[in-house]
Formats: sequence, structure tokens, C-alpha cells
Amino acid sequence: MSTRLTTGGRLLNRDAPTRFTFNGTPLKGFEGDTLASALLANDHVLVGRSFKYHRPRGIVASGVEEPNALVNLGGEGTFEPNQRATTTELFDGLTSTSQNHWPSLEFDVGAINSKLARFMPAGFYYKMFIHPRPLWKHVYEPFIRHAAGLGQAPKGRDADTYEHFHAFCDVLVVGGGIAGLTAARAAAVSGADVLVLEQTAHWGGRAPVDGGTVNGAPVDKVVDELLSELSDMENVTLRTRTMGAGVYDHGYVLGYERLRDHAPAAQGPRHRLWRIRAKHVITATGALERPLSFAGNDIPGVMLASAVRDYVINFSVSPGDRTVVVTNNDDAYRTALAMKQAGLSVPVILDARVPPADSPLMAEVKEAGIRVLMGHGVARVLGGKRVTGVAVCAQAGEGAVLEEIACDTVAMSGGWSPVVHLWSHCGGKLLWDNDFAMFRPDVDKAPTGADGRAFVSPAGSANGHFGLAEILGDAHAKGRAAARAAGFEPGKVKAPDGESPTEAPMAPVWLMPQGAGIALRSKAWLDYQNDVKVSDVQLAAQEGFESVEHAKRYTTLGMATDQGKLSNINGLAILSDALDQPIPQTGTTTFRPPYTPISMGAIGGEARGEVFQPIRRTPMHDWHAENGADFEPVGQWRRPYAYPRSGESVHDAVMRETRNVRENLGLLDASTLGKIVVKGADAGRFLDMLYTNMMSTLKPGKCRYGLMCGENGFLIDDGVVARIDDDTFLCHTTTGGAERIHGHMEEWLQTEWWDWKVHVANVTEQYAQVAVVGPNARKALEALGGLDVSREALGFMEWVDGTLGGFACRVYRISFSGELSYEIAVRASEGQAFWDALMVVGDTLGVMPYGTEALHILRAEKGFIMIGDETDGTVIPQDLGLHWALSKKKDDYLGKRAHLRSHMADPTRWKLVGLETTDGATLPDGAYAVADGVNENGQRNMQGRVTSSYHSPNLNKGIAMGLVLNGPDRMGEEIAFPGTDGKTYAARIVSAVFYDPEGKKQDV
Amino acid sequence: MSKAVSALNGATWSDGIATVTEAPLQGMITLRGDLTSRAVIKAATGAAGLKMPAQGMAGCEGERGICWMSPDEVLVLCAYGDVTGTLEKMHKVLGDAHALAVDVSDARAMFRVAGKGARDVMAKLAPVDVRPAAFEAGMFRRTRMAQVPAAFWMREDGTFHVICFRSNAQYMFDLLKVAAQTGSGVGYF
Repeated sequence: MSTRLTTGGRLLNRDAPTRFTFNGTPLKGFEGDTLASALLANDHVLVGRSFKYHRPRGIVASGVEEPNALVNLGGEGTFEPNQRATTTELFDGLTSTSQNHWPSLEFDVGAINSKLARFMPAGFYYKMFIHPRPLWKHVYEPFIRHAAGLGQAPKGRDADTYEHFHAFCDVLVVGGGIAGLTAARAAAVSGADVLVLEQTAHWGGRAPVDGGTVNGAPVDKVVDELLSELSDMENVTLRTRTMGAGVYDHGYVLGYERLRDHAPAAQGPRHRLWRIRAKHVITATGALERPLSFAGNDIPGVMLASAVRDYVINFSVSPGDRTVVVTNNDDAYRTALAMKQAGLSVPVILDARVPPADSPLMAEVKEAGIRVLMGHGVARVLGGKRVTGVAVCAQAGEGAVLEEIACDTVAMSGGWSPVVHLWSHCGGKLLWDNDFAMFRPDVDKAPTGADGRAFVSPAGSANGHFGLAEILGDAHAKGRAAARAAGFEPGKVKAPDGESPTEAPMAPVWLMPQGAGIALRSKAWLDYQNDVKVSDVQLAAQEGFESVEHAKRYTTLGMATDQGKLSNINGLAILSDALDQPIPQTGTTTFRPPYTPISMGAIGGEARGEVFQPIRRTPMHDWHAENGADFEPVGQWRRPYAYPRSGESVHDAVMRETRNVRENLGLLDASTLGKIVVKGADAGRFLDMLYTNMMSTLKPGKCRYGLMCGENGFLIDDGVVARIDDDTFLCHTTTGGAERIHGHMEEWLQTEWWDWKVHVANVTEQYAQVAVVGPNARKALEALGGLDVSREALGFMEWVDGTLGGFACRVYRISFSGELSYEIAVRASEGQAFWDALMVVGDTLGVMPYGTEALHILRAEKGFIMIGDETDGTVIPQDLGLHWALSKKKDDYLGKRAHLRSHMADPTRWKLVGLETTDGATLPDGAYAVADGVNENGQRNMQGRVTSSYHSPNLNKGIAMGLVLNGPDRMGEEIAFPGTDGKTYAARIVSAVFYDPEGKKQDV
Repeated sequence: MSKAVSALNGATWSDGIATVTEAPLQGMITLRGDLTSRAVIKAATGAAGLKMPAQGMAGCEGERGICWMSPDEVLVLCAYGDVTGTLEKMHKVLGDAHALAVDVSDARAMFRVAGKGARDVMAKLAPVDVRPAAFEAGMFRRTRMAQVPAAFWMREDGTFHVICFRSNAQYMFDLLKVAAQTGSGVGYF
């Protein structure tokens, strides 16, 4: 059984007992424990079930590479699935549950899949569930979705907050092990700003556990000294619990800081996403131990050798009383020694190698009285939910059992792989190292910056160095080089002198025993999380999946939350063997950020709740809200759709407001419409290019409606242009078009017409603009007083500056409703006061505010187009009958050339008409008019579509506009629009101008 | 007349690692033109009574100031009540020169972010290097803060002045409060 030892525990605070629960059972641990170490201390070796076969799964590792010990953490508001127990720091009150089992962890019905494993080979789902087709959607997919998947999705709203932080530094060191700290020191003495990120809560990485000396002192003491030296340097920042998640172009690195995962009672954000710009990046990310592939290597109790000694030394936890070590390298001997020192039994070390002479570690182990079997391996592991022993065989054979040895833990080591993830994210290349059977960074092919120089350097074991002397030498050199790359003169400081035992060469072992038959191979796991076995990868190769990327997706090797941290190298070695090619030729799958999963909350940062998205508010926004406005989003703005009164439906409010504008007086908050000042000697020439019609001939004091097309001829915006003086224009845009059109103008001015004398400025928000509309509009302004707004003084399509009721303003006599209408711009800061004044003078004139829906109906009654309704990016002015706005006098304007193209000039393009249902009903918006016959795809032919449709209270019937084939030539003809409601609407083609076709009402 | 009100009517908040205050209305004039031309320089410096700022800088004194916005744009600051007069003077100085001077005082909202955590707050929201050695009093950045355009500069007392579009005032205020929440000090500066 696994248990807590009475003494020791480098990271434990035994004075601080900590209570937590696992699957509802109350358990005890200590401060400093991880959830994994605390579970092991409580003899919880079985912690989950595998993805496909629901096999029992135990803790394998002690760090980020853990594939099995994934748990649900927290409850309502803090629930989070798929959290690695090995990287979860224990805190008082932690609640955790295991995943992927039903009905219970101990007894799982899905484990039947394991018995059926023969029938569920690689690509099983692809092969099995493809026919018959309809079953996929209705039977297979729901079933698989229910059965598969590890954690559950959170149901409650996340109770925590998150944030981003933009940090800049000269040298960023990712990894706070002995290599990272040494590199940081070497860089920092130059005076460079150095930021060091360490993903765990502790500094020093593996060094304090693995031992060795630096300058004659034990390495753990040296870590402490280095830390205190770095802490005292003002140019160094040290951050624990912060993982380097990804490396991107231009020295951009994401760091993932977990602020409160270990202290949920603290205030502040839970996670912080560091968005770092570093001049140079050092990846001192260490190395990960590889498992060995032997039958039963997934049975709980089979662990990485390094993890076994981590639990003993760091947490004083014995994973088992009797530990069999199986290895292909010297490093695992350290585990045997650690167990022995803790008073635990190591019945045997099975070493697949047959070395000519004993290395120092081998000699030390033998001296300690541990039995060592060279050239041997594990034929299979005995046990079901827990290891009970191993069957020993010769590595060179086919698995004939020589003896069975009882044990409850198997500590395996297949060698080490440098963590090359961050090095690779931005294009760093890898080399195959035959001596250590691993991929290591190819330092001659580093990720390069804009200047073509390397901006990432790997250091220490992340660079494929394993002896302490080599690690420290490399890290020191990389630190100095990074400082120089960041523009600093490296300081004079001596490289630390590391010493560790010389190790015998490792031997690559990709399958144990090497001649294992199919029975053993189909129990030899490569990927614990996704249930991929040696036999699966071999089958994939047989079936032709030669590319490692294809084999990954076909077998699911290296997918899901651990992204193959343990399985990748073993899997591609098996694949290479099956393809009979060397490993470097097979290559690796792509390393993509993040290094381990980061929370969605951290990615979203502050953007949630009130600040999820900016909501733009006009100066009168609060008034609208207080007066019952039903808002609709228009871009980022919120505009009143209508102002329903108490007991009134939104529809009724729209009808009332629409009628009132035609009968009395309406006020519209038009502040959101874009206003762009265009000034300069070439302003007229510029606007002639931007608008399809002529603007340069406009006289100061006058307004003109204009259309804008893009280079491709399609309509992009419209609005009224006012000429302010000889070289100044004010261009109104649509609400959504203000920023876009401003950018469009700047782009042309900066890239094409850079020598034209034109300046533009977006002054949209300088003004609150109110449309005062209706037969009583003039009376209202006269009541405010201060300006002659008579027909004679201010004609239709004219503007004037002045004051109204004491407000400095500009009054435009323009109309989007067909009524007598003024649009009045005042300073935004006075917008609310001006609106209030209008409401006061309007009181006796029947004033009502009206919203955007009434605005739409009023313009539709007049046949005025709306950008975004009548246009959708594929519509040209000719489609809308706006030929009059296409100047024939101008040599050129944006879109002119495009309009000459054959498809643009095609007479069969659908054209704008009015549509009137035969029974007064309202056509469904967006409905299509059907024609006879079917097209080449067997679909019904179409002859038009509805672009706008409303019920007009003024005409008391449904009115619509639409684009119809040969529409203007078919006046009076009836066409049919099937709706999605099952009804078919008959509509007559009519003029789009339903109301006051002579335009008398607006010109009074 | 007292009809003019700032977007949030001077809202203030100080329950976290920094104090956030909406500043009173501030006169702001956008001046676009050739920043090396005599007329443009004279118009700007005459209006503010201050020297032309170098790239990325803001020279401010009281309510007056000139902020560098782009290679062809500066923002001239003056008292809100003086905008009309200042603009008239600038137009006179500019004469026929190719330039655009326009009042944008009401198009903007301005906030002050002060206190120990002010740099933290700015660094959380803007992709700007605000390390003390990199961002000093008198410096100016036209940038974004979270999802909206913004610009900010720092005064001698370490207070950041943030400007954004008026319509985004509430968003900016809420954003600054979130970034300044208790317990969120970063400890990087």
C-alpha cells in the first residue's frame, strides 16, 4: 500500500495539517502536498478511468506530464474539470472527484470495453460508426458523447475574476530549476532586466531531489543561495506558479500565473495571463522521463522512476513497500537508492542493458545490497486495480517468464526527453541524439526574430544536457549570450562548477521484451490517457498511416489534455520501427502552445460581466433607459428600438411612435451617426473619388446625399455630406460605418493619394445629434428660439450654424422620414440638456421620442434604402435604382471601373422594387420569391428576395422592399414568397415609394 | 452656462489598488498638419504656451498641454471654456497653411489613475511598457485599453491621465475598477 512515512518531506509543513475530500471521502494531508501526494499518502492509488476502455488508472508522474490523475475540482462557481492532481497544491477544504467512470470509480460498467479491446483497435470509431449515415447523427454521436470525454463541463457561472498583464523585459527565463536560475544570474549581472518564470511553487526543479554538488556544496544549498542572490537584485523578477505557456513571434511569450488556486480564500484575480515581450528568451524547461512499453504498464502502481523518488523525498510518501525498478539508464538507480534510504524494499532492479562495467551508480546500488538483473525486463505486470508483482523476462527474448517477483510499485524509466515544446512553438528545429535516444534543440536552427537572429536559447537539460557540470556550463553560457543578445555587456562572473556521478550510456528500449508477441503488445500502453497501445500504432502503420501527424489523429496518440508528454517519443519510435525507417525520418508531431492547458478565464482576462464588451452610450443614453427604452445593439452602440410605455407592447410602441412622427413631432437620438471632417485644398477632389456622385460642386451651406462604393463596386456606406466652407466638408456616415469609413479615408490618403492636401478627423462623438421630425418640428424650434428656421431662411438640404434656446448648434434641414425634419448637432456635453429643452417645448406639440424601428418604417414608407438591409456587400447602386447618384461627369470614382464589368452590367441582376402583399399581411423579412423549375443542384429557382419588411401604421398594411429579377419592368405582377411558417405570401410588385411620392411633406 | 456635463459627472472610485476619477471637462483640439511647418508649430505652441513635444511625449502644465499623437497630429489641451477662443486664434495663425484644427473636447472622456498600483492597472489594460525606466512623466502613448482605443500620459506626481471616446466612458471606468480590484497588485514594478 502507499502511505505517509513518519519523517522527512522536503516540501511538507507537518505543522499545518490540511483537510480535503476525494469522491466525498474526508482525507488529511499537509501544507506543501500536491493533491497527488496527499492521495498517495492516503493509499488512493486508483484515481481515474481511461478514456476508451475505462481501465483503472493510477498516478504515474509527479508533475505536468501526468496523464492519468485528472480530477474535477471545486463546486458551484469554482468547478473545474481535468485538473492534474500532480500540479494541484493542496489547501484546506479542497474538494475533488474522479472522472470518466460510471457508476463508481471502483466498479465501472464501461470497463467492459477493456474486454472488447480486441474489437476496438485503432480507428475503431472511424470504422465502426460510419454506416449507415443517418445513424451517426441520431444514435452514434449522442452515445459516444455520453460515453466519452473525461471531465464534465462546468454548469455554474465562474465565481472568479481573471486578468492580463503586459510585461516587458530584456531576458525572459522560462523554468526555475538549477539551469534557469544559473542562466538568470549569468544574464542579470549584466544589468539586464530579467524575468524568471517557474510553473511550480518551488525553485530548483529536480536538482534538490537528484542531488550532486556545485562548487563543492550540495546542490539544494546552492539553489537557496542563488535564489537569495537573485532576490536581492533589483533587475530580477522571480515568479513561481507561473508557467511559460507559449512562445510566439517577436519575442512574445505567454505566461500563465495561478494566483489563488492554492489559496482560494485570498482576494483578487484567480489567474493572470502574462503577455510578455522579451528581447531574448531562455527555455530552461527541463526534461521529462519516458515510460517503458511492457505489458500491463498501465496498472495502478506502475510509475515513472523519477516520480517515485519525488514522492519519497519531497512529500515523504511511499508509493509502495516493495518497489521493482525497471530501466534502460542509470538515472533510475537513484530511485532505488532513495527507496532504500527511506527504509523501503527494492527487491530487484531490472536493467535492460548489459554494460561492460559497472558505473558509479550501479556500484553504489550493489553496495546497498540491491539485486540487479542486467539484460532483463518486465514480461508483464501482475495485478488488476493494483500492482501485485512483475513477471521477469530477458529483454532480448519474446517474454518467457523467468520468475515472478511480488511488489506493489514498479518504477520505470525509459530515458529522458528534453522539454522542447517552447523552443519549438515558434519554429525552433530539433536534432535526433543517438546517445540519449531523444530529440534535442538544434541550436543552429533557432526561432528567429525580425532581424533574422535567434531570440530563443535552450539551456540545461532542455538543451539535452544531463550531467550537472554540463547543465550548469550550458546555462551559464546561455545566460551570458542572452544578455549580449539583449544589448548588454555580460558581467564578469564565474561559471559554477557542477559535479555528479558519471553515468553509463543508456540503451534505447522501445518495447519490452524486444520480441514481445501480439498478446503482450496489445497490453503495452503508449498513451495512458487515450488508451493507445503499441499494437494500435503498429496497426495504423500497416493500414498506411505513415505520416506521424496522420497516425496521431488516427490512433489518438498524444491527443487530449497531456498532448503526449509521456507517449510521443515512444509512439513515434514504434511507428518508425513499423515503417522500418529511422526515428528522425518519422519526426515529431507539432508542438503547439499552450504547454499545458490554461484556463479559458485567463484567456478572456478582464472581459466578463459588465466589461465583457464595450457598450457605447450616447450622451442621452441614461435618459432613454429611464424612459423605458427597449435597446437594440447597433455596432457597439445601444440604440433605443422603441420606448414602450407601461402596459404597452414593443410592437404597439413602434406603431405609436411611427404614427406620431407623421402626425405631430418625434425626437430621435441620431448621435451615433458618423461625422467625419474632411478638410484641405483637395477635399472636394477627394470626396469626388470616394462618393459616386459629385461632391466638389456642392455649395457651402448646402447638403447632398451621397453613396460610397468600394473598389469592387459594391455599396459600402451612404450619408449626407454638408459643405462647411470652400475647403471643409462634414461627411455623415451610417452608425456602424463611422470608424470603418474613417479608416477607409485614411487608407486612401496614406497609401494612394498621400500627396493630396486633405486632412480628416472623426468627430462623431463631439456632437449629440437630435432629429426633430414631424409637422410640428418647425414650431418646436421656433419655441426654443434664437434661429430663423423658416423655409425661406433654411431650405430643404441646407444647414446653418446658430443658437437654439441658448445652445450653440448646427442645424441640418435633412429628412430620412419624408417629413419636415431638422437634425441638430450640439456639443455632446450639452446633449442631455438640449434633449430636455426639446421635450419641454414639444410638450404642447405632441412630442414623443422614437426609436430605430420607427425610423426604419418611416424610411421604408418613403422607399429610402438602408445600408445593411438593402445592401449586403453584394449590391451595387444600379441594383437599387440609384443611377441618378452615379456621376457621369467624373472621370473616375471608387467603384466606377468595377461597375463596367460584365456581371455588374448584367441586365438580369435583381433590382429594387416595392412589394405589397395582396391581403395586407407583412412579408417575412429575408423571404425568397420562387420561380418555375429547378437549378442544376435540384433546388427551386428563385427570382427575388425581401430586403426590408414592416407593417406600416400610416398606410395600415404591410410594406416591403426587395430585389427582384427584372423587377422595375414587372410593376403590378404578383410573385410568391414561401415563408418559413409554412404559408406562402403573394405580393404585388409596386413602386418602392409608398408615401408622399411627390416629396411635398418634407419640403414645407 | 452649466449645461455641459462630463460623461460620468465626475465619478470616482478608490476601493482597490488605485484611485480612479473621471476628470472634469477638458478642452482638447486635434491639430493635424506638417508638425515641422512654422504655422503648425506656432498654432500649437501659441495655443498652449508650451513647446512642441517630441515623438511619444506630452508637455503639460495645468490644463494646458500639447500631446504628440502621430507624425502629423498633436492634441492641444486647454481649459474647456477657452476652446472656442483658442481655436479661433489657431485658425488665425494657421491662415492658409494646410492644416486641420478641430474641437474634440466633447468627444472624449478623461480619467485620472493614481496611487501605488497605477502602473499595474495601466499594464493590465494596455500593451505598453510602463516600467518606471521606460515610461516616465511627460511620456504619452496612443494605444488601446482592453477593447477600446485610448491614450494616456503621466504627470510629474505619477498620476496617469487616460483619454478615451466619450461613448466608452462607462466601459473605461468599469474596466479601470476591475483592473484595480483589491488583491490584484502585481509587484512587477
